Amino acid sequence: MTKKPKTMNLNFGPQHPAAHGVLRLILELDGEVVEKIDPHIGFLHRGTEKLIEHKTYMQAVPYFDRLDYVAPMNQEHAFALAIEKLLNIEVPIRGQYIRVLFCEIGRILSHLLNVTTQALDVGALTPSLWGFEERETLMTFYERVSGSRLHANYFRAGGVHQDLPRGLSEDIMQFCHTFPKIIDDLETLLTDNRIFKQRNVDIGIVTKEEALEHSFSGVMLRGSGISWDLRKSQPYECYQNFNFKIPIGKNGDCYDRYLCRIEEMRQSVEIIKSCIDKMPSGPVKNIDGKITPPPKKDLKESMEAVIHHFKLFSEGFRVPEGEVYIAVEAPKGEFGVYLISDGSHKPYKCKIRAPGFSHLQAMDYLMKGHMLADVPAVLGSLDLVFGEVDR
Amino acid sequence: MSITLNDLEKVVNSGLTTNVKKSEINFDQLFIDVDVEDVISTVLFLKTHKKCKFKQLIDITAADYPQREKRFKIIYLLLSHENNLRIVIKINIDEKIIVPSITKIFPSANWMEREVFDMYGISFKDHPDLRRILTDYGFNGHPLRKDFPLTGHTEVRYSEEKKKVISEPVKLDQEYRDFDFESPWEGTKYINREKEKNKTKDK
Repeated sequence: MTKKPKTMNLNFGPQHPAAHGVLRLILELDGEVVEKIDPHIGFLHRGTEKLIEHKTYMQAVPYFDRLDYVAPMNQEHAFALAIEKLLNIEVPIRGQYIRVLFCEIGRILSHLLNVTTQALDVGALTPSLWGFEERETLMTFYERVSGSRLHANYFRAGGVHQDLPRGLSEDIMQFCHTFPKIIDDLETLLTDNRIFKQRNVDIGIVTKEEALEHSFSGVMLRGSGISWDLRKSQPYECYQNFNFKIPIGKNGDCYDRYLCRIEEMRQSVEIIKSCIDKMPSGPVKNIDGKITPPPKKDLKESMEAVIHHFKLFSEGFRVPEGEVYIAVEAPKGEFGVYLISDGSHKPYKCKIRAPGFSHLQAMDYLMKGHMLADVPAVLGSLDLVFGEVDR
Repeated sequence: MSITLNDLEKVVNSGLTTNVKKSEINFDQLFIDVDVEDVISTVLFLKTHKKCKFKQLIDITAADYPQREKRFKIIYLLLSHENNLRIVIKINIDEKIIVPSITKIFPSANWMEREVFDMYGISFKDHPDLRRILTDYGFNGHPLRKDFPLTGHTEVRYSEEKKKVISEPVKLDQEYRDFDFESPWEGTKYINREKEKNKTKDK
């Protein structure tokens, strides 16, 4: 008698600690081997793109903080760059340096979370405790510059909202001196750890061609050996002024992606250091009163400033007709904004291209033939945040 | 061996002669307009031609223009790592047209097309699995269409009597307020005029 091989369906999530948020996976299992995965997403869908169409450009910025809430300013950056491109305005050089500074802080924030939770998913508790302490320090930098730890609303069209408060750059510099030691400590816990390697080496291998086919970007691409980083290959802002290396992986497995993230953190520290060293003086935002709000002190003296202030915060500014796609190298990959303006004060259409969306899509292909226990390991190395996947 | 954007425009125009209805370079990106029937051949050409090498599909999205005869505009974004160039393919279609799916060429198009289907209600031919993706199970309507209200049609709540989550028509204590702040006067043209003047002065 022949026995028909039977597959079992397993429901993973939407509430599961290893799902990194609200992800539901329908797994088709043959014993412990995964045959097929059908990810169901959208549990955190808030209609961001629809909301943005109903807000002025300035009011739309905070929605970007809520996409990838682990590295908020990197998202704002793409939106601000897109508006600036359509408006054809420039950001003063100090504003550009501050943006780079905080983008790199965001990168460390995101990688710290990812590396440590990836370790958590495969059984190591300590790294997350150590990592989160550093994230807290970094978020106080966010707080000092923008007023809030997470939802910064700091990168505005034309520059950044405010200049750095006194003493902040010294404190960030101090952090840059102590932080590499923390990365070393994390590495002593993980890099040569037998269990960590058993769980990650040769798991979720992506070849170069497949990485391209599946629209991977960021670390997912570099882990497979493709040297592609938008900061280097299509430099935006003032990234061409900085020296940094792009770590690439060899095997394209979860372990290589982990190593890439660790090295990227070190590179980010270097960028932050040279950014503070080279920080020029001058204005932090475009001085065109039609686009950026006037300084507080002018409001007491100048009627024109009051008018500008009023018009900016009620009507907002108009953006000339046109469409543009702008991408930045967010910590998780290529984060892009496709902006269509119809010449009014609200975006006609703002499509958000989230890197995690394509990465999660490849789950089925990545997991085929792997064991059930590898699901959290691969999920962890994809670096997903559901704020941006679901939008 | 990378080529510039202008070269690319020539390559695309000569290789796809009749397909390309319009091509322009804006903000360092090449935008081309093609017909809906030519989507597959265009994308395939861009992916495989030895000078183009657009090996990666970045995104597929759409835009809704209810007042136009061809209501939807579908936008394909492609990236060539080797040439370090981007291209934007645009097609205009009316509501009833079914667009050929490019999932055979780029497997990653699967979810992107599902998203366009979910958000705009545009159907794709030969798509392996055209389901809704971002909206809730049992959702009605296509939220990113311009005629879909911002508040939506239904809201969900937990019903104490039925002991489950139910959805019912939206009831708002206060109507959604959409103030028209837009100035009736022209925007900031005089600034541009002044800028031009200053430029000529500098020269």
